[in-house]
Amino acid sequence: MGPKKLKSVSYAKYGYIFSIPFVLAFLIFTAYPIFYTAVIGFTDLKGLGKTDFKFLENPLQNFEAVWKNPSFQKSLENTAIIWICNFIPQILLALLLTAWFTNQRQKLKGQGAFKVLFYMPNIITAATVAILFNTLFAYPTGPVNDLFRLLGLSDGPVEFLRDKWTAKGIISFIQFWMWYGQTMIVLIAGVLGINPTLFEAAEIDGATSRQVFFHITLPSLRTIMLFTLVTSLIGGMQMFDIPKLFLNGGPDSATLTVSVFIYNQAFSGSYLYNRAAAASMILFVIIAILSGILFYLLRDKDASKLRKEMRQLRKAQKAARRAEA
Amino acid sequence: MRKQERSVPGSVYKTIKYIICIFLAILSIMPFWIMAMNATRGTYEIQQNSIGLWPSHYLISNFKVFEGKSFNPLVGFMNSFIIAAGSTVLCIYFSSLTAYALVVYQWRLRQPFFTFIMAVLMIPAQVSGIGFYQFMYRIGWTNSFLPLILPAIAAPAVVFFMRQYLLGALSIDIVNSARIDGASEFYTFNRIVLPIMTPAMATQAIFSFVGSWNNLFMPMILLTDNKKYTMPIMVSLLRGDIYKTEFGAVYLGLTLTVLPLFVVYFTLSKYIIAGVALGSMKE
Repeated sequence: MGPKKLKSVSYAKYGYIFSIPFVLAFLIFTAYPIFYTAVIGFTDLKGLGKTDFKFLENPLQNFEAVWKNPSFQKSLENTAIIWICNFIPQILLALLLTAWFTNQRQKLKGQGAFKVLFYMPNIITAATVAILFNTLFAYPTGPVNDLFRLLGLSDGPVEFLRDKWTAKGIISFIQFWMWYGQTMIVLIAGVLGINPTLFEAAEIDGATSRQVFFHITLPSLRTIMLFTLVTSLIGGMQMFDIPKLFLNGGPDSATLTVSVFIYNQAFSGSYLYNRAAAASMILFVIIAILSGILFYLLRDKDASKLRKEMRQLRKAQKAARRAEA
Repeated sequence: MRKQERSVPGSVYKTIKYIICIFLAILSIMPFWIMAMNATRGTYEIQQNSIGLWPSHYLISNFKVFEGKSFNPLVGFMNSFIIAAGSTVLCIYFSSLTAYALVVYQWRLRQPFFTFIMAVLMIPAQVSGIGFYQFMYRIGWTNSFLPLILPAIAAPAVVFFMRQYLLGALSIDIVNSARIDGASEFYTFNRIVLPIMTPAMATQAIFSFVGSWNNLFMPMILLTDNKKYTMPIMVSLLRGDIYKTEFGAVYLGLTLTVLPLFVVYFTLSKYIIAGVALGSMKE
């Protein structure tokens, strides 16, 4: 690789100079706000336009209040349900489409156009999508109601958005609909990155498409699927735009997610910045723990073993070289 | 074995695959199609039958509904454009610069700095929202575009992508020969390295721009003056009661917010899809 050839030391300072803008912006706009959020969590900061605060006598008061708040518990539960109901079908459909689109024996035409269309909802403003779906499910007359009547699925107009589970289901569906295309493209890229000799060997051995998929493709996609799972989880736990604008957390808090809870605590009612900050920190910890568990459970055991062996080998080589010298 | 796969069930499978793919494609298009068509239809028409597949002639009258109301697509468009363009330029330039520092120079903190960028890659943005708001409120930056633009300077994911690209595309010899010619380090980066990075910059610019354009949480917290509203905030106004009975206008408002995205997407779809695929290629 190129850089290693460059032995000159005199240019090293530019490494620092060119990194300064990033580091400064990160410290000011990410690190400090996180730290400040954590601090606010221990204070009495509330009320519109307030910035002064005192630390509470019981430092964990806000955290306890939030943790015991039934609305917060409900929002955690909703976020988990909505995320799971969107992620499982999303990854399954993405895998199925990946298997179809990368099947060498039975090539599908128009793959480029399908990819473009499947990915399209992902780049549309989530705020617009939320309000569009709210309008599509309008009662008593709306496109979905008209479609149901047309297909003879319902006798009269249905008030979809009044039912708690239907509302949750629609939000899960919107998330699924916005993200399966992205997941599919990522997985297809992963399959194209697999060493082709593996597929050739399977072909020679007379493996069926199904065997190839389950015994070669799927195991090779492990890292990429872990990456997809973690990013989807982090994004899903912060879900805001769609639940906020689709039904503003309703009906009866059925679509209240943690982020909507945080927003409502801080920017409506009595402007409880301290409670919202405590809730943010709890969310942060939950996301960190879940990501950690996922990385641990799905870590590539073979790869880490290989890395360890390589390290030992290098050490041995170094020792040998030293002995020679 | 293989013969069996290619016989009758094979073509049946293929047909099923096409049917499902076409169904999914329709599922992607249909909501937006209904939206765009209803934008041209009158409220009464929509109430009679809300699935209109063809345009009608109420576009102008739907547009007039917005007069004197807070939903102003032009203002939203301008504001969103300023913020998205500003943050994209900063994000791309400084991410490239940081990636360049990571690839070309041998400095002692290089590896720790890269590890640090990998570690902060996954920090969820929303959890710092309250602190960020309070911070900006204290220094009087609410209702300003700066807090929505400047943070783009530190984009760990983009730095990571740029670094991967530079490792493959940049030969240190080019940098060295520029040095022999007496070029300063800044000149080399701006005039010689940046042009090499154009493909990567273009890809990341699209995602950065769309991401900023679509952002709702931060602008909604920081911008309270309706002259400063961005497009997604404008959209959120369409849920308000004044539009409850004006279905045509609501559809039109939604269409106006989506239109620029559609234009960008369908002109650049090839690069966008390739960019999504590239973004997944870690290591």
